[in-house]
Amino acid sequence: MDIRTTGDPATEEEIAAIDGLLGEPESLWQGGERHPADDHVAHGGRAVRSRRHLLLPVLHAIQDRTGWVSRGGLEYACRRLSIPPAEAYGVVSFYARFALQPRGALALHVCDDIACKCAGADELCAALEKDFGAPGGAWHRSPCLGLCDRAPAALVEGAGADYEARQIAPVTFAEADGVLRGGAWPHNHSTPLSPTLSPGGRGGLLRRVGVVDPRSVDSYLDHGGFAALRRAREMGAEAVIHEVTDARLLGRGGAAFPTGRKWESVRKADARPHYLVCNADESEPGTFKDRVLMENDPFAVVEGMALAAFATGCEKGYLYVRTEYPLARQRIENAIARSRERGLLEIDIEVRRGAGAYICGEETALFNSIEGKRGEPRNKPPFPVEVGLFGKPTVENNVETLINVLDIVIDGGAAYATTGTRDSTGMRLFCVSGHVLKPGLYEVPMGTSLRALIELAEGLGPGRTLQAVLLGGAAGSFVTPAQLDVPLSFEGTRAIGATLGSGAVIVFDDTADMKQMLLRIARFFRDESCGQCVPCRVGTKRQEEILERLLAAPHGDRRADVMLLTDIAQAMRDASICGLGQTAANAIGSGLTQLRVLNG
Amino acid sequence: MAEPVFVGLPRKLVGVTIDGRDIEMTEGSTILDACRQLEVDTPTLCQLDTLTPINVCRVCVVELEGSRVLVPACSRKVEAGMKIATDSDRVRHSRRLVLELLASSVDMSLCSPRVHGWMARYGATPARFGSEVATVAQPVKVDNDLYVRDYSRCILCYKCVEACGVDAQNTFAIGVAGRGFDAHISTEFDVGLPDSACVYCGNCIGVCPTGALMFKSEHDMRAAGTWDESRQSVTETVCPYCGVGCMLELHVQDNTIVKVTSPLDNSVTAGHLCVKGRFGFEFVQRRRS
Ligand SMILES: Cc1cc2nc3c(=O)[nH]c(=O)nc-3n(C[C@H](O)[C@H](O)[C@H](O)COP(=O)(O)O)c2cc1C
Ligand code: SF4
Ligand code: SF4
Ligand code: SF4
Ligand code: FES
Ligand code: FES
Repeated sequence: MDIRTTGDPATEEEIAAIDGLLGEPESLWQGGERHPADDHVAHGGRAVRSRRHLLLPVLHAIQDRTGWVSRGGLEYACRRLSIPPAEAYGVVSFYARFALQPRGALALHVCDDIACKCAGADELCAALEKDFGAPGGAWHRSPCLGLCDRAPAALVEGAGADYEARQIAPVTFAEADGVLRGGAWPHNHSTPLSPTLSPGGRGGLLRRVGVVDPRSVDSYLDHGGFAALRRAREMGAEAVIHEVTDARLLGRGGAAFPTGRKWESVRKADARPHYLVCNADESEPGTFKDRVLMENDPFAVVEGMALAAFATGCEKGYLYVRTEYPLARQRIENAIARSRERGLLEIDIEVRRGAGAYICGEETALFNSIEGKRGEPRNKPPFPVEVGLFGKPTVENNVETLINVLDIVIDGGAAYATTGTRDSTGMRLFCVSGHVLKPGLYEVPMGTSLRALIELAEGLGPGRTLQAVLLGGAAGSFVTPAQLDVPLSFEGTRAIGATLGSGAVIVFDDTADMKQMLLRIARFFRDESCGQCVPCRVGTKRQEEILERLLAAPHGDRRADVMLLTDIAQAMRDASICGLGQTAANAIGSGLTQLRVLNG
Repeated sequence: MAEPVFVGLPRKLVGVTIDGRDIEMTEGSTILDACRQLEVDTPTLCQLDTLTPINVCRVCVVELEGSRVLVPACSRKVEAGMKIATDSDRVRHSRRLVLELLASSVDMSLCSPRVHGWMARYGATPARFGSEVATVAQPVKVDNDLYVRDYSRCILCYKCVEACGVDAQNTFAIGVAGRGFDAHISTEFDVGLPDSACVYCGNCIGVCPTGALMFKSEHDMRAAGTWDESRQSVTETVCPYCGVGCMLELHVQDNTIVKVTSPLDNSVTAGHLCVKGRFGFEFVQRRRS
């Protein structure tokens, strides 16, 4: 394969950024100096192609340095990694965070997603638009930033040799205004952590959050850190999987797959190597639990990964974290380095950074993203436990799932399974946001009622009444005030046609404009569809268009349009490749049928 | 004595039921293979026997007992005991919606009569989404003398990308860019073909099912209103340029070659050619005036 490039050469800054990551090029073939040997030896082929997976890190290096990805910069990256420019262009243009047009060093991303709308994000964006023009210049509208407990939220990035990114939540107009005028960045406001419920006196999953020093391995060791990994090594891999199976732990990433069964399949897989992937992409609107864990208890995440790798025989681990979580990324990287220094880690763990694509949370899209490709989900079967990352057996787990495993190994699976319900064991983290007095992360036993959870968050503001709850984020569905006694368990929510999903619980009081919420959800799916399959690519577009015209014309004959939405919904659910398309109509459907948004 | 040569295990036979009819297929075949063997006409858009199944169009979905969602017949391998329905309400609904959604956003008028037959069979009425809906309509890209790209007709079946890439040409001049409804086929930074890596093999044209990729000669004749397939003949011949011996089909109208194809099932070409066989025919018709 011939890498043909016809653009301008890369700038010195771009070359410095790329070489900083990859090292100096060795030959002319990779864009370096001409060397006599170049006339006789062609570098390329397999050895270079095997570095394809470095494409996203290289793109981040360019964008972090210059604020965008130029044609010259991309083409230099293509020569260094031996990637055809048309393919690389397909990758850059897939991810929302990469800019293909020149822009300034400063970028302020303002969340206008559901929970932030409840906290005045629309007014904030309107004010910014008045003073700084339409989004797309220095400020940008963003889907959920995972800071919904401190809404409204923003993320600021400053490109340059000393790239920096910082979450600002809650953000005020004055703060956003100051940042956009080149002022100092406000420090992350920290609100007190939400209360947690612990069963039987023993601490829950959040017991170290706010207690342990997240930067210090000694502090983690003082709080019982790495005891589970040590115990696992004493027990042996088979016994660990036995306990996890006994615990009847179901994955916390959204799909509720039995973790024990997944681990067993990978452990037994013949092909080598085995890979471990920790899914920390957390982009479901309304979800922030994995961020809280990674920011405040990062060593536990690392220990969970080491334990999973030990049990399933993985040679290498990746943690894929969304780029909007700079603090979490830094804390995890630090935790890996400190643990390694102490000889506590046997496996190699690499942190990979997403680039603004909800779909990359889907397990196989995530593999493609790590491999340096567009985040398009793969058709299953084959399943990741057989053919996963780089085509090898892979165990992929959510951050919260891995934290649960630590306690299972210490306490034993049977003891773990005594908490929760028969079919949904253990504790569960719920991200409560929207119109409650104390938004935050709450840990309760599975099966706790939605009503009790909302009461823990101290309920609604004075004089307000409940309008609806969105359970499970954009991929979930609306629950009505009459359904508040639903037990928060997999089977309990299923019984009313809802889902726990990622643990997002967004509460709306009577002031919320549910029409706008439905439109936001429709826009979210249209924006985030990878575009691969027809039902989802065109279906999410049509769903948004039809919803817009339905809500715009309150007096027209709506039956035909409602029928169209129902027809599209069924095809998306039945014929889409992945969970995104399959769930893209759920919330809107339940909004129309359960909440009767059209009648209000 | 000579070492025994391992010739592979005999392929196992796998029994499946399709619409109540039992059939045995060799392991590794797809549901689509089984449907074809039973002569169950199954719509396909992104599938081609010479390309790796990419299963993105979803028009071939069938209902598999025990599966929550429908499965793509073109890529799903048969497994023993599968019970499959190809004409259930759910299947008909999804096939109809896929065709409707596509045709409401893309100009499918130049698709084959088979595609139009499926539209009729499933009652696809693309206009029911309304007249104001977004489409992929855009100006035709004419940036070279050999072929044009009219992405208003592109259903994003990925076939051209596969043909330009690992399935045939290994040139990688085009890829899928953007995402969601904005996803589209593109060269790097949307540069014209002369600035891209394209070598004008035309293999993308050979696999395109919609007429989005078209010989410039055909495009110009259509624009002039002179394209008339009823007046065309197809002559099979062998490419004169090199010793590979690719089979060519010369499409001739009014004693002029108007396009060149190669049969998909030809053992030499599998439908693919190089720039010489595909476009190097002008010398034949350089007539003395
Ligand atoms: C569109 C989509 C987005 C997803 N996003 C996430 C995510 O951000 N984090 C996550 O852990 N799982 C996510 N999932 C679920 C994963 O595909 C996968 O099931 C999960 O990571 C497996 O881990 P678990 O078994 O520990 O839950 C997503 C699924 C879909 C379909
Ligand atoms: S369902 Fe949507 S997100 Fe999933 S593969 Fe299809 S187009 Fe992509
Ligand atoms: S003509 Fe050949 S090289 Fe050019 S885009 Fe098509 S398949 Fe690729
Ligand atoms: S140009 Fe043709 S072959 Fe390529 S994706 Fe579009 S319809 Fe398919
Ligand atoms: S941070 Fe704004 S909705 Fe989550
Ligand atoms: S033909 Fe099977 S998905 Fe396109």
